[in-house]
Amino acid sequence: MKISQIAQILEGTFVTGEELSDREVYSACGSDMMSDVLAYVKDQGVLITGLCNPQVIRTAEMMDMLCIVFVRGKTPTPEMVELAKQRNIVLITSPRRMFSACGKLYSAGLQSGAF
Amino acid sequence: MADHVHLEYVVEGDNFVSAGSATESVKACLKGMGVKPEDVRRVAISMYEGEINMVIHANGGKATADIYMDKVVITLADTGKGIADIELAMKPGYSTATDDVRSLGFGAGMGLPNMKKYADECLIESTVGVGTKVTLVTKFSA
Ligand SMILES: Nc1ncnc2c1ncn2[C@@H]1O[C@H](COP(=O)(O)OP(=O)(O)OP(=O)(O)O)[C@@H](O)[C@H]1O
Ligand SMILES: [Mg+2]
Repeated sequence: MKISQIAQILEGTFVTGEELSDREVYSACGSDMMSDVLAYVKDQGVLITGLCNPQVIRTAEMMDMLCIVFVRGKTPTPEMVELAKQRNIVLITSPRRMFSACGKLYSAGLQSGAF
Repeated sequence: MADHVHLEYVVEGDNFVSAGSATESVKACLKGMGVKPEDVRRVAISMYEGEINMVIHANGGKATADIYMDKVVITLADTGKGIADIELAMKPGYSTATDDVRSLGFGAGMGLPNMKKYADECLIESTVGVGTKVTLVTKFSA
């Protein structure tokens, strides 16, 4: 699935990285705990989260993720946007809640990449 | 050419914005040297866990990375409160993190087990009231 489709499905808005929205991603992970992302994530290209602080961007970078979706309308700070820009990470904000965001992407064919 | 690359960083305590920057710098260096992405990620995850621990539990410290042809040795040393029972601290789910730290997305008690999982060697030395030193050795896959 292209990143642009993720934005479309979640009625999301690009905060940064729209020019990278042609990139393909195959699996995603939804979590508000960065500890769990670090402990359980394998090759997921997308992080869906309700947490909004600079360590979300750092965590995604450590895991080589391409895109972060902030649910519940969370808007990243300018500091976070700058960190994401430097790392070519796409940021999307969506009005959806975590459960429905994950559900919609899952039924559209995005894999969890883990059990 | 020197026989290996030595890098050093000061990690600021309780700074939740800069936390992770030492790890990112090492990650970029390894990537630039052509180390395999899987190996780079293993190093990044284990070092980041250690760096975050220094920031949230130990008021910061010093990180070093020594990169050789076949491995990288990371050390994370602090002069924080130390760990009284290392075996207990290594248990998945054990955490003394405050609600404040949890609200920032950390404190699941997964950091030390995760470091052990991703590094080939993980040595934790700690003295209560003196500080903690973590040494992580990651060998590059063939
Ligand atoms: N550098 C350190 N100095 C003092 N105590 C530490 C240090 N590193 C870890 N600890 C102690 O060991 C416990 C377990 O550490 P671990 O990294 O596994 O979990 P955590 O940091 O609490 O949560 P997580 O890593 O999942 O975000 C910590 O809660 C803390 O009490
Ligand atoms: Mg930790």
